[in-house]
Amino acid sequence: MLLNFIVSIRICLFIFLAFVASPHLGAATPEEARKILADSAVEEDATKQIAFILKLAGVNDPVVQQGVTAWRQGGLFLYETNSLKQPFFLDTAAQTDGKARAIKVVDGKPIQGGDGKDLIVNVADFTPVDTNSKLRKALKTVLDLFALSDPNPKIRRDAVTKLGQEQNPEYLPYFEARVVLESDPESVRALTEAIAITKVATTTGADQIAAINELKRMTSITSLALLQEMEKAERKNPKLTPDAKKALGSAIFAIEEHIRRGNLVGTAFRGVSSAAVLLIAALGLAITFGLMGVINMAHGEVMTVGAYTAFMTQNLFAKWFGSSGTGFDMYFIAALLLSFFTGGIMGLVMERLVIRFLYKRPLESLLATWGVSLVLQQLFRQVFGSANVQVNSPSWMSGSFIVSDVLFAYNRLFVIGFGIATVIGTYLLLTKTSLGLQIRAVMQNRTMASCIGVRTDRINMLTFGFGSGLAGMAGACLSQIGNVGPGLGQLHIVDCFMVVVLGGVGNLVGTVMAAFGVGVTDQILQPWLGAVMGKICVLVGIILFLQWRPAGLFASRGRSLED
Amino acid sequence: MAACRVVRLTRTKLGRLIMGLSLSKRELLLVCLVSFVGLVLLPCLNAFVPPDSFFHVSNFSITLCGKYLCYAVLALGVNILWGYTGLLSLGQCLFFSLGGYALGMYLMLKIGNLGQYKADIPDFMVFLEFPKRFPETGGLPPHWIPFKNFWFATIAVLVVPALSALVFGFLAFRSRIKGVYFSILSQALTYAAMLLFFRNDFTFGGNNGLTDFKFILGYDVNSNTTKRTLYIASGVLLLGVYLLCRWLTQTKFGLIQRAIRDSENRVLFSGYATVHFKLFVFVLSSMICALGGALFVPQVGIINPSEMAPDKSLEAVVWCAVGGRASLVGPIIGAISVNALKSYATRAFAEQWLYILGGMFVFVVLFMPKGIVGLPAQFAEWRGKQQRHKASVSAPTPPADEKVNDTAIISSK
Repeated sequence: MLLNFIVSIRICLFIFLAFVASPHLGAATPEEARKILADSAVEEDATKQIAFILKLAGVNDPVVQQGVTAWRQGGLFLYETNSLKQPFFLDTAAQTDGKARAIKVVDGKPIQGGDGKDLIVNVADFTPVDTNSKLRKALKTVLDLFALSDPNPKIRRDAVTKLGQEQNPEYLPYFEARVVLESDPESVRALTEAIAITKVATTTGADQIAAINELKRMTSITSLALLQEMEKAERKNPKLTPDAKKALGSAIFAIEEHIRRGNLVGTAFRGVSSAAVLLIAALGLAITFGLMGVINMAHGEVMTVGAYTAFMTQNLFAKWFGSSGTGFDMYFIAALLLSFFTGGIMGLVMERLVIRFLYKRPLESLLATWGVSLVLQQLFRQVFGSANVQVNSPSWMSGSFIVSDVLFAYNRLFVIGFGIATVIGTYLLLTKTSLGLQIRAVMQNRTMASCIGVRTDRINMLTFGFGSGLAGMAGACLSQIGNVGPGLGQLHIVDCFMVVVLGGVGNLVGTVMAAFGVGVTDQILQPWLGAVMGKICVLVGIILFLQWRPAGLFASRGRSLED
Repeated sequence: MAACRVVRLTRTKLGRLIMGLSLSKRELLLVCLVSFVGLVLLPCLNAFVPPDSFFHVSNFSITLCGKYLCYAVLALGVNILWGYTGLLSLGQCLFFSLGGYALGMYLMLKIGNLGQYKADIPDFMVFLEFPKRFPETGGLPPHWIPFKNFWFATIAVLVVPALSALVFGFLAFRSRIKGVYFSILSQALTYAAMLLFFRNDFTFGGNNGLTDFKFILGYDVNSNTTKRTLYIASGVLLLGVYLLCRWLTQTKFGLIQRAIRDSENRVLFSGYATVHFKLFVFVLSSMICALGGALFVPQVGIINPSEMAPDKSLEAVVWCAVGGRASLVGPIIGAISVNALKSYATRAFAEQWLYILGGMFVFVVLFMPKGIVGLPAQFAEWRGKQQRHKASVSAPTPPADEKVNDTAIISSK
C-alpha cells in the first residue's frame, strides 16, 4: 500500500519534474538563480513557487544559499516600495537587538535608504514570506542538494553519502544529473553508490535487482547496514521476489566477506608496522644486550635523546626554511642522521664513564644504568619541560592512501621500510666489514680475540656506541608516530627487553622474528581484549614461551657453561 | 650510620669489651639497643612528653618512621633474595603491593557507609556502577566478601603473594631462567600486574586504588594511639623479620643459599635441587615483602597501582645496594637513610632529587660495592694498600691498567 503510494508519487513527480523543473544541476548562472529565488518569493501560487524553488537545486551561489536557508527558517521578508516587492533577508553576521542590514536576494547587496546609507531594519516591522509544509520540504531538498555542487570534492562526497542514506527518491534525478557532470572519480563512486542505495529501497523488480547487484559489485560498506535491515524486514514480512531475495543475500555475503578481508589486511598492516617500531627500538638493545651482555636500562633514554634531536632539528629547519616547503620537509632526513650521532655519542660517554667498569658484573650494570636513566629523565624534564613537545611530520610522511577500504598511513609505511633498512644495514655491518668481524670475534671468544690482537676494549666501546646510535635513530623514528616527552623511553623499554629475551641473545634473526611475533600478536589480540589486556596477554605469553625455549627463539648453542 | 657507631664504641672501655665478642654478637647487641630506642623510647617520647618539649616526637615523625620501617622490611625481603641468593628480582614491589591490597580491602570494607556516597559498599564501587555488575551481592564482587574478616585478610596478605611467587618462581626457575633474564622477566611481571590493576573493571579501584580508610579492628585509623600502635607493630615486624633472616642465613640452608649465589652449577652438580631452594627463598621473600606492604597501607592511608611500577622495585634494590647487600643490617640502614634523604630532598629541592637518586645509584655501584656497611672494610683495605705501596715504592710494579684488563678478559669467559 505504502509502496504503491510512493511509486505513484514518484511517477507524478517525474512527470512534474520533466515538464517544470528538469534537473539541470548548476545550469542556472548565479544571476538567474537569484532572479528565480526572488520571483518565487513574490509568487502567489504555491505550486509554481515549489517549481521555481526546485530549479535552484545544485546552484552554487552563496546569496541564493543564504536566501533559501533564511526562507526555510522564516527569515525571508518582503520590502515594498512603489508597489514593487523586493525580497530580502537579514545580515545575520552583524545583527544587534533584532536590527540588521537588509540583504536583497536579487543581487546580494544591502538595501539602501533614501540617504544612500545601508538601511538598518527592525525584524519586528516585517512579516516573513509565507511557507507551508510542501514548500518547506522543497526548500529542504534544495538546501541538501546545494552541497552536491560544492567546489570541494570531499564535501560533495560526504553530502552524497549522507543523502544516499536517506533513500529519498526525490534526490534520485539530481544524483543522476550530477553523475554525468562529476569529474572526481571518488565522487562518481559515491554518487553511483547513493543512486543504487536509493534504488534498492524505492524500486521493485529488475531495477531493484540491478541496484543490489551494483552494490555487490562495488562491495559498498556504507550500504551493508541498510541491506541487512532490509533482509531482517523481509524475514518478518516477505514482499521481495525470489530473485531479489537471492541477490540481496549474495550481496550481503559479498560485502561482509570484503570487510573481513579488509580487516585482515588492516590488522596485518598494523601488526607489521607496530612490529617494525618494536624492531627498530629493540635492535640497538639486541646489540648492546644480546651481543655484549650488558643490560642498558638507559636504552630508552637514548631513544628519547634521538627523539629530542628530531625535535630540535625540526625547529632549526623551521627557522632556516620556514615551517613548510621542501626545505623543511628535508629536516627529517637530517634528523635521522643527527640522532644516530647524538645517540651514539651518549652511548660512548656512558660506556667510558660507567659501563666499562661493569662488564664483569651484569646485574650491577643494570642498576648503574638505571641510575643514569633517572638522571637523564630529570634532565629532559628540566630542559624541555615535562609536557610533550610537538614534532611535525614532513609533508611526504603525513597522510595516507586507501586501497579497497584499507587505510595505509605513510608514516607507518616509512617505519616499516626504515625497519627493514636498519636490519639489513646492521646485518651487513656485522658480516661484511672488518669492524663487524672483530665485533663477532670479541662476542664469541673475548680472550682469543684479544690474543690475536683485537683491541677488545675499543671494540666494546664502538659496539656500544653503534647500538646506542641505533637507539637514537629509533627515537627519531618514534617521534613521527607517537608523542615525544621525557617518558618516551620508559614507554618502550619493557617491550624492548621482552623482544630481546624472546628472540634469544646474540642473534639478530631471533630479534627480528620476536619483534614480528610480539607486534602481530599484539594487534590481533587488541580488538578482542583491548589494548591493556592484549599487552598483559603478550607478557604472560612470553613468560610461558620461555618455559618451552628458555634461551629464546634462536639461542646460540655452545658447550660452555656460564657461571 | 651503624658503622660509625661501632667505630665510636671501640674507643671506650665498654666498646673494647664489646669488640671482644664475636661479630654476630656485637651485631645482636647493637640491634637490641636500636630496637629499644625505636620500639620503647620513641613511642614513649611521643605519648608522654608534652608537645612543646624539646624531646617530644611528633605524630608526623612517628608515622614517617613507621613508613620507613615498612620499607626496611621490603628491603630485607629484597636482600634475602638478591644479597644471599643472587637473584635480582625487580618485581618485589608487586608482592609489597599485593599485601597492601589484601589488607586495604579489609580496611575498605570497614569504612561501612561513612563514604562519600553513604552506601554500604566502598565509594569506587558505587562510582563504577558495581551494583549493576554484581546485583546478587548488592554491588560487592564475590571475592571481596570474605575480606570483611580481619583474619581472612591477614591470611590473604601472606597467601596471595606467596602463591603468585610460587607460580612465577616455579616457571622461571624450572626453565633455568637466571641472572639478568630473571630480573627482566620479574620486571615485566610487575609491569603487567600494574597495567591490570589500573583497569577499572579489575574490581580493585583502578587508578585511585584503595583509600579513605576509617577503621582498623574497630579503632580509628587516624587517631594518634592507632598510629603509634601501627608504628610499634612495624618495628616488631622488622625485628622479627630480621631475626628470622639472621637465623636462616646461619643455618645450613643459608650456606647453600650463598653457595647458589656464588656458583649455582657447582651446587647443582653436588646434588642439590637448586630450583627448590631458590623457590623457597623467593616465596619467603615475597611473604616478607607482603607483610611490609600490609603494615604500610594503614599508615600511609592509600594503596594504588603506581606502587607496582617497575621503578619502585628498582628503588628498593637501591636501598639494599646503598646500605650494603649480603649483610642483614645494611638493607635496613639503606632503606631508612635513603628514604629519610628522599623525604628531606623532595621537600628542600624537589627538582634535584632524581639527580641525587640516580647519581647515588651509579656511585654506589661503581665505588661502594659493599654499601655503607662495607665502608670500614673498604677504608681499611685502602689504607693497607697505601701502606704497602709506601713500603714497596722503590720496587717496580706492573701498571694497574693492564692488570685490570687481564682479569676482565679471563673472568668474562
